[in-house]
Amino acid sequence: MTHSLIDTARAREDVDPDPPAEPLLQIDDLVVEYRTGREWTAAVRGVSVTVHPGELVSLVGESGSGKTTLIQGALGLLPDAARVAGGAIAYSGVDVTGWNDRRMALVRGNYVGFIPQDPNTSLNPVKKIGQQVIEAVRFNEQESSDAAAHRSAALESLRTAGLQDAERVFQQYPHELSGGMKQRALIAIALAGRPSILVADEPTSALDVTVQKVILDHLVRLRSELGLGILLVTHDLGVAIDRSDRILVLQDGELVEEGPVDRVLEHASDPYTRRLLEAAPARHAGRLEPTTGRRDAAPAGTPVLRAGGLSKTYQLRSRTQRSELRALDAADLVLRKGTTHAIVGESGAGKSTLASILVGFTQADAGTVHVGDREVTGLKGRQLRDLRRDLQFVFQNPFTSLDPRFTVSRLIAEPLQAFGLLKDKAARASRVSELLHAVALDDSFAGRLPRQLSGGQRQRVAIARALALNPEILVLDEAVSALDVSVQAQILQLLVDLQAELGLSYVFVTHDLGVVRLIADDVTVMRDGAVVETGPVDGIFSAPAHGYTRELLAAIPGAGHGA
Amino acid sequence: MAFVLNPRPSAPRVELIARSGTRRLGDLVRQPVLLFSWIIVLLAIGWAVAPSLFTSHSPYAGDPDASFAAPSLDHWFGTDRLGRDLFARSVYGAGTTLTATLLAVLIAFGLGTLVGLTAGFVRGVVDTVIMRVVDVFLAIPSLLLAMVIVSVLGYSTNNIALAVGISSIAAFARVMRAEVLSVVSRDYVRAAYGLGVSRIGVVLKHVVPNSLTSVVALAALEVGTAILAVAGLGFLGYGAPPPEPEWGLLVAEGRDFVASAPWTSLMPGAALALVVLSTHRISVSLRKDHAR
Repeated sequence: MTHSLIDTARAREDVDPDPPAEPLLQIDDLVVEYRTGREWTAAVRGVSVTVHPGELVSLVGESGSGKTTLIQGALGLLPDAARVAGGAIAYSGVDVTGWNDRRMALVRGNYVGFIPQDPNTSLNPVKKIGQQVIEAVRFNEQESSDAAAHRSAALESLRTAGLQDAERVFQQYPHELSGGMKQRALIAIALAGRPSILVADEPTSALDVTVQKVILDHLVRLRSELGLGILLVTHDLGVAIDRSDRILVLQDGELVEEGPVDRVLEHASDPYTRRLLEAAPARHAGRLEPTTGRRDAAPAGTPVLRAGGLSKTYQLRSRTQRSELRALDAADLVLRKGTTHAIVGESGAGKSTLASILVGFTQADAGTVHVGDREVTGLKGRQLRDLRRDLQFVFQNPFTSLDPRFTVSRLIAEPLQAFGLLKDKAARASRVSELLHAVALDDSFAGRLPRQLSGGQRQRVAIARALALNPEILVLDEAVSALDVSVQAQILQLLVDLQAELGLSYVFVTHDLGVVRLIADDVTVMRDGAVVETGPVDGIFSAPAHGYTRELLAAIPGAGHGA
Repeated sequence: MAFVLNPRPSAPRVELIARSGTRRLGDLVRQPVLLFSWIIVLLAIGWAVAPSLFTSHSPYAGDPDASFAAPSLDHWFGTDRLGRDLFARSVYGAGTTLTATLLAVLIAFGLGTLVGLTAGFVRGVVDTVIMRVVDVFLAIPSLLLAMVIVSVLGYSTNNIALAVGISSIAAFARVMRAEVLSVVSRDYVRAAYGLGVSRIGVVLKHVVPNSLTSVVALAALEVGTAILAVAGLGFLGYGAPPPEPEWGLLVAEGRDFVASAPWTSLMPGAALALVVLSTHRISVSLRKDHAR
């Protein structure tokens, strides 16, 4: 049955290589609903998607837009609490709507290959890569063949996925591979059934930007070499703009924009799409201006924070051996008053370790930190607490950094209480309200609990709380990375406004070079615990001295179409 | 600049929370067993607080002519060897048994949380020493341990409560330590240090409140176990002296006449069993609420 489906599909392509009669994937007016209690709520409301051979279609949306639900529906992989309530799904003209799981299993792998989101959790950790690819080969072969044939098919699949050293990877376990190689192994598994279309759900979101570039380059090559259709699901408009032929924008389960890349870029008709485009960091050439007006040329302020020769080594102990991880290797940093200094690097670059030493969460093995003229290296107890009045920290994830039992007003008042300031209740309440307004929230938020807030609102509360003691310096560790791009833009604007108003100095840790350009005056690029390059943003971005910086800059998604 | 600060209003979420209160009552009506359990437990508490409201008979004064009367409209649970009304004795006994239970759970909960908190927060040698002692306590069957403690302290209901409480400290300490360990590693605890909150402040405001939820669920479960332990020790004669009404003792007193007058043991025993089962049912529903 399904074999004939594949055969007809392939035969049709052979006969008529020009615009094919049937698209590889055609989703018509799909409605998917989730059960909440005894009611059904629609997560996808009448979305239509078509993918033709050799076409890369991107499905863009922020969290909660229904993009993952949509492709789960298309692949027949919906969770138990969800159902397809309307519409049709057809692969090469064969309607598979309502097929049971056994029949859908024949379509998956053979006809459509799926690349999951997080390579670090999507491979079975106790099986060798080779076995996992062979499994995919065996389940999807047309007629049964012997083990040797399986092996060679699996090796071929690994090579097609871009793993040059396929023989070695074949024998390795997932933990022996880097994130990028694991994602390639997953691509190999998706290719093992020789599908005509690939569906990739955020295939690079968990990867570093340089690795992301390599993987996306490879997907694009697969499309042109094998004539595959690719449906790429992503939250990153930059990625979509760079790579796809057509873009679909999803908001709250509805398609709000559809069209070829250029048309979407130039004449996006939908306001949400335009907002997304505006928000994409790569679309901005220069630094954000405060909403109150242009700020003066970056003040050539005196240093408020100086770090010199910071080193940190972690001892790793496994059952068989002891080894050392040099997380930070003689790193220097100077933060000028009233400016933003960004620390950029990929995972493992030591940027978070550096930030955590600056605020005294971690003790450095060597080196010094000065806040103003005060040396703060190795401070403990009372003195460390006093330092907090000048130096505050904002965490990456606003979903874990706020105590779930505290109301917003209690959260913001906490540092005031800790230092015994504003003992008078009314004075404290008015300070809380002042801080809420500073982060563009109103008094109605004071009584809410964190779970009643959105991600962006939570991060605003976290920033308000950090500002409560009037610190001079804020250390922000990936403070916008967990947020959707439009929310991220709002928070960045807020930070710029606050800086202009209060003369704050920021240390801004991020993996995203696009964001650096929006907010920073100085930038320090780090790799493997060491500082690669440091200097003013304009200089580094226009004339990077180091090869690694150039590589990072080239990997920013959407940069090509940006300014 | 192009983008504007635009915090989205989140009115629908507030509405959701307001609805959950009424939903809980609806749940109760839809689960008759749970509803029944609540009625039983509330009734038992009523017996303990104001026994004279529930029976006009005296728990002590017997009517020798009416000894071993079978359950009837006048004597719901029947009468015992001395003609005392067993229903009255059960009602008055609730006070003794439940007070001892409450005391036992409070001791176990209070000391257990404190020990677990210390171990989980201080870590290091303190943690190792405390947890090895806790392991030793867990290795001894709790009823046996309680019997040893009562033997040392002397026979009385208060000492039973103390003994049952001490013998359950270990379980609370283990759960509390595990919770504290997980809460301490959360971002909001690190954030609190970062804001300049002192160690004591962090413990009292963040660690304890966020660790207590599952310990409270354990306490609810422990109530049933403690009732059984208290009544069990009473049955064995470690508790209140004979004329006192106490559930374990009531069952023990009827033991010799089970063949001729089964109600003397069965009726107080059934009341005891119902209350224990009901507390278990309630604690299960509390744990599910917590998990939600």
